[in-house]
Amino acid sequence: MSILIENISKHFGQFQALSPLSLNINEGEMIGLLGPSGSGKTTLLRIIAGLEGADTGRIQFGDRDVTNLHVRDRRVGFVFQNYALFRHMTVADNVAFGLEVLPRKERPSATEIKKRVMHLLDMVQLAHLANRFPSQLSGGQKQRIALARALATQPEVLLLDEPFGALDAKVRKELRRWLRGLHDELGFTSVFVTHDQEEALELSDRVVVMSNGHIEQIDQPGALYASPNSRFVFDFLGNVNVFEGRFEEGKWHNGIANIERPNTAEPKDGQLYIRSHEFFVSPSPTDTASLPLRIIAINPIGAEVRLELTPIDWNSNEVWEIDLPHKAFDKNCFEKGQTVYVTPKAGYFFAADAEKPILLNWEH
Amino acid sequence: MATNLSVDHPRPRHKRVLPGLGLSLGTSLLFISLIMLLPMAGLVMQTADMGWEQYWSVISDERVVASYKVTLWAAFIASIFNGFLGLLLAWVLVRYEFPGRRILDALVDLPFALPTAVAGITLATLYAQNGWYGSILESLGIKVAYTPVGIVLAMAFTSIPFVVRTVQPVLEELSPEEEEAGMTLGASDWAVFRRVIFPALWPALMTGVALSFTRSLGEFGAVIFIAGNMPYVSEITSLMIFVSLQEFDFPAASAIASVVLMASLVLLFAINLWQARYLRRLHGR
Amino acid sequence: MSGNKHKMRVGDSPWVRRTLIGLTLFLTFILLVVPLFSIFQQAFMKGAEHYFTSLVEADTLHAIGLTLVVAALTVPINLVFGVMLAWAVTRFEFPGRKILMTLLDIPFAMSPVVAGLLYLLLYGNNGWIGSWLYDQDIQLMFAWPGIVMVTVFVTCPFVARELIPLMQQQGREDEEAAVILGASGWQLFRRVTLPNIKWALIYGVILTNARAVGEFGAVSVVSGNIRGETNTLPLHVQLQYEDYQAAAAFASASLLAMIALITLLFKAFVEWRQERSLKIESDKEKQVTQ
Repeated sequence: MSILIENISKHFGQFQALSPLSLNINEGEMIGLLGPSGSGKTTLLRIIAGLEGADTGRIQFGDRDVTNLHVRDRRVGFVFQNYALFRHMTVADNVAFGLEVLPRKERPSATEIKKRVMHLLDMVQLAHLANRFPSQLSGGQKQRIALARALATQPEVLLLDEPFGALDAKVRKELRRWLRGLHDELGFTSVFVTHDQEEALELSDRVVVMSNGHIEQIDQPGALYASPNSRFVFDFLGNVNVFEGRFEEGKWHNGIANIERPNTAEPKDGQLYIRSHEFFVSPSPTDTASLPLRIIAINPIGAEVRLELTPIDWNSNEVWEIDLPHKAFDKNCFEKGQTVYVTPKAGYFFAADAEKPILLNWEH
Repeated sequence: MATNLSVDHPRPRHKRVLPGLGLSLGTSLLFISLIMLLPMAGLVMQTADMGWEQYWSVISDERVVASYKVTLWAAFIASIFNGFLGLLLAWVLVRYEFPGRRILDALVDLPFALPTAVAGITLATLYAQNGWYGSILESLGIKVAYTPVGIVLAMAFTSIPFVVRTVQPVLEELSPEEEEAGMTLGASDWAVFRRVIFPALWPALMTGVALSFTRSLGEFGAVIFIAGNMPYVSEITSLMIFVSLQEFDFPAASAIASVVLMASLVLLFAINLWQARYLRRLHGR
Repeated sequence: MSGNKHKMRVGDSPWVRRTLIGLTLFLTFILLVVPLFSIFQQAFMKGAEHYFTSLVEADTLHAIGLTLVVAALTVPINLVFGVMLAWAVTRFEFPGRKILMTLLDIPFAMSPVVAGLLYLLLYGNNGWIGSWLYDQDIQLMFAWPGIVMVTVFVTCPFVARELIPLMQQQGREDEEAAVILGASGWQLFRRVTLPNIKWALIYGVILTNARAVGEFGAVSVVSGNIRGETNTLPLHVQLQYEDYQAAAAFASASLLAMIALITLLFKAFVEWRQERSLKIESDKEKQVTQ
């Protein structure tokens, strides 16, 4: 079922949790709401569910206007951050709950409910735990029971609040894949909230990046990564180094450091955003750039080696991170404490007065 | 060679990090032994002196048995009544904001703070035939003071805070998410209350009612003023002990007291065990 | 759009809300407020002058004095015991810890008359210890020491009961940190533990005091009710009431009711403080996250 969100806003006391925002979600789509805490992503999710009322705006499920519909009549599946399993009920009773509270004429018979519950438990591969209590389950198991419970009434919309937040890395990966499979198989529309960019990019058809109660960007994961359209999205997606440059004589300067301007960029002051893997590292400056840095840490991370560096005689608010393939790292035998020069291959330029970036490529 | 290791090197003695175990535990044990266990042992000795036949004849005396019945029934009705009233009070105090909520919250403890004798004479005066409530009830043909109904009333009054104060914290800590989960699954308010909230409150409510019952069994000060203390009708067991004492019949007093004490100890342990079992189930092993 | 603005919880619909609040207020008015009010109404039934003259009667004054002495002796004893016990059961694991906590509930569960009887049996002239004391010419029962003893028994759980849940919830980490930083036992208690439990401790003391002042059943068993000698205020209330001096009885009762009211007021104050400090903390956290 498609979801139409139009001009929804919400405030709590003085705090504007959501500025008026609109969003269209297509039938069968999986949408990730991504943002830091306080960005309004959970509030938006709760408004879609009907757990929270909006101050203004309209929500439509398919052709049905649900703006003033009580949560119990919206018929959405909702998975809570801490699962909110009923502690005093067994796993089977938890899953059966949604069916048992249906109005008498819609309610299936007791045997039918039992069959449906077992089917759902089979689907989440936990049929053997039917008679356990929630306190006896692991986090991953609770998560799957919470999903089974939410899906019991066959909702066409599934909403998930930080679904994998409380799980350890390995279980999280497994469950992600499993959820995506389930989504594709059953064909419901899903919206989930996360603050983990990797999760959002891996799982969603489209990612909605939020900050301070408004939407920064809506895009498919690939497009979002290739062309973030604001400083916030850059910062939030992470792994990016920022060079604050004053433009003078064809170059951006900061202290003794400088970077040459490609022709595509405007000749203005501004910030260069360069991802950590878009660099060469060399013992001496190049024609393109002279960025002296001192290596303060060397960490092998998977297929790459991450260098942490601090600027020498120029300024940056944060430690720079540069990822090198092992091959490139081994060739140079860098050491901690060594001074190196880095040269960007590609990056983005935000002119001081601009909201949107320009893509840069340096010829080498 | 693991076995060798343990022989050669005695396990290092771990010293407790925080100080004061000896002092605090020693004082506590000494204190409890002196003020609780020793007197209770004294009661056991006293009743042991009596001989089974004499003991049995005292505790199965007709008038005493009648007092058990009155006490048990009155305490039972009072604690059930408090179950309802206490749940209502706790719910309203936790769930709603309204002017005077804080005063109401403080007032709930009045029966704990008010000396029982004061409660006793106050209730007796209010519900007496010429009292504010008594005169109204009289015109409806209901007599409260100097009847078993008065006993129920006094017991309910003195023990209502037990129910409120055991249910209240549980209600406060109930996660809103479980309720919301119930609602997203389509349940009505009543269904969520009955199937999600109430089961979570049930153990606390039962504990509160059981505590209220236990307290009511032993209540003395508030009851004797309003009960009228008519043998076979409105005499409570605590009063039977008191009366025996005034007649200097220590054996009889001890025998009846041993029954009352046993009942309250059994109740107390049962409540504690039940609570521990329930908590274990909720929070895992 | 109204009715859709707030977070919804069960039982929040206006008519349910109004009915339940209304019913509660009605019942508490009938069951608690009116009785409380009637104590004072009865006390002043014969006018303010009569009220004050009945309070300054010699026997009444003596009863007030004795009650104060009993409370003044009981409270410190149970304060020390309460803190010791709470420290032992919340800071250490030892076999029998649960049993110790259950024992602590006995005075709550026991009929006060039975409590009085226990002491009478043991320390009375025919009792196990009492007969020996009698030979030494020491009289505990039917005298003020007996009253103090039963009052200590009846009120011993209050301080510990207030402290244990709080100290359990606060955990041992603060104190462990202090030990690592080199604090001695007393420094640890005074500078780390005490500031955290201060309000619960004071409230426990207030409760102990309220109960010590008001204890009736246990005291009436061991006091012997000698007018002007071993009569505490609650016993005095009974005596006056049974002498058909209702106004005087309620005048004495009104003093006890006042202590009860002060206790409630203080409790409300402590809770208000706690709520406020919690709120300040959570507000701070909110500011940090935003």
